[in-house]
Amino acid sequence: MRIRNAAQSEETSGLQMTSMIDVVFLLLVFFLLTFKIVAPEGDFNVKMPAQAAARGLPDPSAIPPIKVRITATPTGRIASIRFADVSVPNLADLRKRIRGVVGDAPGPGALESTEVEFDCDYNLRYEYVIQAITAVSGYIEGGRVVKLVEKIKFTPPRRPD
Amino acid sequence: MRWAKTSSKIQEADMTPMIDMVFQLIAFFMVVINFSEADQNQRIHLPSSELAKPPDAPLESPITINVISEEIAILGAQEVPIAGLTRLLTLEHQVLVRKGEGKAREATIIIRADGSTEHGVVQQVIQICQQVGFEKFALRAKQQELVTTRLTDT
Repeated sequence: MRIRNAAQSEETSGLQMTSMIDVVFLLLVFFLLTFKIVAPEGDFNVKMPAQAAARGLPDPSAIPPIKVRITATPTGRIASIRFADVSVPNLADLRKRIRGVVGDAPGPGALESTEVEFDCDYNLRYEYVIQAITAVSGYIEGGRVVKLVEKIKFTPPRRPD
Repeated sequence: MRWAKTSSKIQEADMTPMIDMVFQLIAFFMVVINFSEADQNQRIHLPSSELAKPPDAPLESPITINVISEEIAILGAQEVPIAGLTRLLTLEHQVLVRKGEGKAREATIIIRADGSTEHGVVQQVIQICQQVGFEKFALRAKQQELVTTRLTDT
């Protein structure tokens, strides 16, 4: 048996690769079919403990959050933005004002302690809320992300009348 | 006649380069394949944001809630009305509490809401989660390069 086998393998110059190539092509077809380009997704972190806990004694060292009020048109677009009590024309201007408050100085400073509270109309579309959060939480300069406010929270929902 | 004989001797073509290429392709697709799509519902068009960068480290015990419309949300594989989230989240919370101290408080609720839903619905979902006992939330957005131009014309 052995001798015969040896003689046979000498005849066929290479290994039997047919089955391996079959499997490899199957794998390739599988990966080709399941391949789908998905845009990467990222998160905005929001830390909001329950209201009951927040209702206790307020932390004296805590700085009250900056209130950003966004009203909506009936179609859900942004109607007006108020930063603290000042009316702001658009989100880019809101970012400018936040930069003014937080400051761009590196290192620990106002950045960590500043908190922004969004008070939005019930029917404001979510994509505008995300745009507002983007405007507040940072900007991109020269390909680098500069962070502004990291603490973000929302007021309880305003029920439509 | 002589050369015909030699050609019949070479029975196979040289397959080495082809196999090399095929393996390269397989390696590429294996690296690129994204299995985390399981919790990414395709019905949702996430809002896009230039600052939405994928997290560096995986989130602590994440629970994904897909908000599809004003009434319906998906938690895990179940499609439930928003009001019905309380029951499911309470179960999740109990499981986490049983797993260990602080696990429930550290758990992150990932909210994937459609860009066209009303903000109040997202707030409602957050409120329900708060009532159950969750504190950390992550609002998910699609990464996009240039939104700055759109910020100005709102």
